[in-house]
Amino acid sequence: MKRHLISAADLTRDDALLILDTAEEMARVADRPIKKLPTLRGRTVVNLFFEDSTRTRISFEAAAKRLSADVINFSAKGSSVSKGESLKDTALTLEAMGADAVVLRHHSSGAPHRLATSDWISASVLNAGDGTHEHPTQALLDAFTMRRHLSGVGRDLEGRHVTIVGDILHSRVARSNVLLLTTLGARVTLVAPPTLLPIGVGQWPCEVSYDLDAVLKTSDAVMMLRVQRERMNAAYFPTEREYARRYGLDGLRMAALPEHAVVMHPGPMNRGMEITAEVADSPRCTAVEQVANGVSTRMAVLYLLLGGSEPALSTPAEVPAADTAGAARPEESK
Amino acid sequence: MTMSDTTLIRGARILGGPAQDVTIDGGTVTAVGGGLEAPRGATVIEAAGHVLLPGLVDLHTHLREPGREDSETVLTGTRAAAAGGYTAVHAMANTFPVADTAGVVEQVWRLGKESGYCDVQPVGAVTVGLEGKQLAELGAMADSAAQVRVFSDDGKCVDDAVIMRRALEYVKAFDGVVAQHAQEPRLTEGAQMNEGAVSGELGLTGWPAVAEESIIARDVLLAAHVGSRVHICHLSTAGSVEIVRWAKSKGWAVTAEVTPHHLLLTDELVRSYDPVYKVNPPLRTEADVLALREALADGTIDCVATDHAPHPHEDKDCEWAAAAMGMVGLETALSVVQHTMVDTGLLDWTGVADRMSARPAAIGRLAGHGRPVAPGEPANLVLLDPAYRGTVNPAGFASRSRNTPYAGRELPGRVVATFLRGRATVMDGKLV
Repeated sequence: MKRHLISAADLTRDDALLILDTAEEMARVADRPIKKLPTLRGRTVVNLFFEDSTRTRISFEAAAKRLSADVINFSAKGSSVSKGESLKDTALTLEAMGADAVVLRHHSSGAPHRLATSDWISASVLNAGDGTHEHPTQALLDAFTMRRHLSGVGRDLEGRHVTIVGDILHSRVARSNVLLLTTLGARVTLVAPPTLLPIGVGQWPCEVSYDLDAVLKTSDAVMMLRVQRERMNAAYFPTEREYARRYGLDGLRMAALPEHAVVMHPGPMNRGMEITAEVADSPRCTAVEQVANGVSTRMAVLYLLLGGSEPALSTPAEVPAADTAGAARPEESK
Repeated sequence: MTMSDTTLIRGARILGGPAQDVTIDGGTVTAVGGGLEAPRGATVIEAAGHVLLPGLVDLHTHLREPGREDSETVLTGTRAAAAGGYTAVHAMANTFPVADTAGVVEQVWRLGKESGYCDVQPVGAVTVGLEGKQLAELGAMADSAAQVRVFSDDGKCVDDAVIMRRALEYVKAFDGVVAQHAQEPRLTEGAQMNEGAVSGELGLTGWPAVAEESIIARDVLLAAHVGSRVHICHLSTAGSVEIVRWAKSKGWAVTAEVTPHHLLLTDELVRSYDPVYKVNPPLRTEADVLALREALADGTIDCVATDHAPHPHEDKDCEWAAAAMGMVGLETALSVVQHTMVDTGLLDWTGVADRMSARPAAIGRLAGHGRPVAPGEPANLVLLDPAYRGTVNPAGFASRSRNTPYAGRELPGRVVATFLRGRATVMDGKLV
């Protein structure tokens, strides 16, 4: 694996499977009375958030803390950043404080790439969402969730059909998922009104449809993206109601899915917009499970980027049977 | 600074032709021929294999003074121009304060006189404060000591069709030209790079070709309607070429420029997220680059203009969205044109003299520049060594800024000497 995680494209199939398998091990820690491993003791992880995102920030924070890392949260609001300090100077400051990993959330696409390729900082850089570019750990936790439901632990997603619906144009989640899911062998279809699809999407390794109903029957997973209401004012679609009618997932549409199919949402949900309450609260919706899986997945990523070579669970006593043979018992994960 | 140096250039290929000798005296070319004697006290330059062209003329230079002297001054900018083989530059109006009055254009003009490295012809703003609302006092700038003939809100588009129409009409009174920065503002809100496959992947807001082409289409029609001249700044797309070609086929007074970087670089470079590649209009696709080269070769695009846009280090040493748009270009333009146009066989040196000197001088109505290399003509000249191969090293730039996209890139050709009215501003490749 590379030293940074900037794009889902950085991951080979083997890298991705290693992360997902490691995340399964990490998930077992959550079932223990003491949810903590000593693995990253003495290492410093900085959550550098230039954009508000409580959910992602606390997920990374929980992940780092469960690995015993020292965690520093640095948010742009109320900090030197809001007084005009540049990304470079912030990075130099963190470097001076001895950060081992910087988890960066930034409103500007490419900021993590820039940080990782600059000489500003020597820490590992984890992209926690950059502008409308990528959000690779979200894609990893989504793949982790899908794998548990659709193919089994230890496997890839070969032959599975994943449909991603909504504001593809502005979605970092969609970009990372297209890259990662295709690396893992899945077939991906993007569904959106033409206004919310990027120019050049035809060259992406996926299919594109304007018609949600046409693809539901063959979907093993449907991922509903949050659609920001302010997009309406920029004429991407006429009204919220029209959007919900054409691209929202309601009970009727959910019934058209194959029985085994899951409904996913990266959150936060706009109930009544892209997803009805009936679907959001149904047992087929994995939104809450995705949050839990996010912590395990981020633990795996932090562990592999920062420590790597040592086994995650250090002593055999801690890992009875030391098995990663979960693949044989996928039902366990339900 | 001594004037009217006497010089003999021996064995230079004028416009790439056969080797000839050229004598310069009193700011004028005095003789051209074979086996000329060196006049008494003359500096003799052995120029075998070198090409002699009229001094280059840039229609589009940002000298940044007044206001942003941290990135460039008239002095440092004209030194960069001389180093690049230029003898005249048009200084764009987007300074602080904006060059929208006779006072500011005369200030820039005077600073140019004092620098002595290159003639500085100020461009006047079309509208007050570049705000696109009210015409600036175009006549006052035209009548000032600076004798402004090119008017531009460059950096911003004159997007209001009525204001553009009135500007085009008004400048007819003094044979002016409006140089349009063609960018439909609503189609480019928040735009960060060319809209296409790469912007989609990178998640950067796109700057679509149609935002340029729609304004060019409107403006060539307006220019035709009112019978005035319009000049298109930094044309960057294959579609824009088609529109200009069509307008010229109608006989309309439309001219256009292309920058060196749009002749060489593509939006693939943005994958690095290195803001040194951030420029407006943005780097386009390979197909656009090839169309621009072809159009420059066949004359659809009249000239090369640098859009030399210096920025301080901190404005590029940051994340993409926070970075300033623009690249320095004066010191690399001739090498990029040699690389993309001459070494590819698209243009000969006569063509380079036309596109980088004669035509821009004609569009700007600049006397004494872009003239033939012939006895009696002003000795505004550049001598270059086309066989030279070197790596671009920004540390050696005369410009105060270093934001070049070519750092570390090998480019052909080197300016050996530049003469401004007979006086060497560059000799042996070094500023005098």
